[in-house]
Amino acid sequence: MLSRVISELPEFFGYYNVIFLAKAVVATVALSAIGAATGCLAGLLLAIARMTTARWLAPLRWAALVLTELFRRIPFLVTLMLVFFAFQLSGFDLPLFVVALLAVFLIASAYLAEIIRGGFASVHRNQWDAAVAMNFSMLETIRHVILPQAWRVILPPAFGFFVLFIKDTALASQIGVIELTYAGKVLNNKGFAAALVFGTLLLLYFLISYPLTRLGQRLEARLAQPRHR
Amino acid sequence: MSYTLQYAQIWPYLPTLAAGALLSLQIAFFAFCGGLLIGTAGAAALSFGGGIVRRLVRAYVTFFTNTPQLVQIYFLYFALPDAGFLLSSYAAVLIGMTLNAGAYLTDIQRAGFESVRASEMEAAEVLGFTRLQRIRYVILPHVARVLFPPLSNQYILMTLGTSMAAIFGVEELTGRALNINAQTFRSIEVFSVAAAFYVLITLAATAALGLLGRVMFRAKMRLV
Repeated sequence: MLSRVISELPEFFGYYNVIFLAKAVVATVALSAIGAATGCLAGLLLAIARMTTARWLAPLRWAALVLTELFRRIPFLVTLMLVFFAFQLSGFDLPLFVVALLAVFLIASAYLAEIIRGGFASVHRNQWDAAVAMNFSMLETIRHVILPQAWRVILPPAFGFFVLFIKDTALASQIGVIELTYAGKVLNNKGFAAALVFGTLLLLYFLISYPLTRLGQRLEARLAQPRHR
Repeated sequence: MSYTLQYAQIWPYLPTLAAGALLSLQIAFFAFCGGLLIGTAGAAALSFGGGIVRRLVRAYVTFFTNTPQLVQIYFLYFALPDAGFLLSSYAAVLIGMTLNAGAYLTDIQRAGFESVRASEMEAAEVLGFTRLQRIRYVILPHVARVLFPPLSNQYILMTLGTSMAAIFGVEELTGRALNINAQTFRSIEVFSVAAAFYVLITLAATAALGLLGRVMFRAKMRLV
């Protein structure tokens, strides 16, 4: 196996293959970064929706609860298939990348909504009450009182989930999005040794994910503070 | 959009999907148990092992938690045959998931081990506990209580992770959904029913584990 890998090395890292892999890396990073960024915003909205108390907003609360619970209990592969076939039926001719992006967005918003909600809950009840006493509206409370305290709790696990989304995008190869795993399958089908191809993929994924993991760990160590209750 | 959902064509396949869900649960359970063994050994090595062992375990954890499980299984399934190890798709998925779970569970359990305070151990020593008694009466109850919620959450995440097996042709829940989709072309219907099954089995797991936690530790715990 090893001699075969070594003999194929020069050809595998030829000009066009390297460009192909580089483009695939960009697609993987774009898929997870855009998905996570938009998911972060939607997650924040979902978390805020779940904090509302007005009676007429009850349907909104329920919708937010169902969305967060649902997409955290459906495997990404199944979400991907559902989005894929839903678009196929709807007749919109969207690129596969956008379809996969929407699937990443859905799970990212569900997972991040839960993290953000946990962050909100970590801020002591008194802070909410004090903000109410000072006649802050709910959005003002979140903007000026809660978020400045909660982001320390939210950020470290959010990085963990960001790495999770990067790894989940590997599944997008199943619907034909040309990202890193798909590129690996193409190169493997061209006849390169599987050990070489998938070994390279593992290494590339590691190079993308590891800096983020380290950043998350460092933030966790730096932001960790004794909780004042 | 002029599409009418036709679930009627899917109902006959419901038992097939349910059996697939059982297989998903089975894979998750085996992989979790295997991962728990690796994780306990790994966490023990990280807490009590020597320098080289610690570095090796940390490298294993870092590598497996920073690469996609899918590509890990691809490697096992397609690259190992070149080296003379021919794995069935079920075996490749199970081994891949176990190794992956082992890495995550090592990390989780290490945190649990570290949560035992030195003063607790000293107190036990002062009371004349032997080493085994200390493990049995001080460390285990404490660690079990601290670790139960994150381990339960990992178990539920792993149940969702089993859907990856479908890509290698294992006929668990997602695999069967793909097959039924190929037979009936009722894509949305099949996958939404499969999704409902996943919601059902993870909700059942949450409820069961929450109940277990309450009985074992007499504490309310919030699970995923």
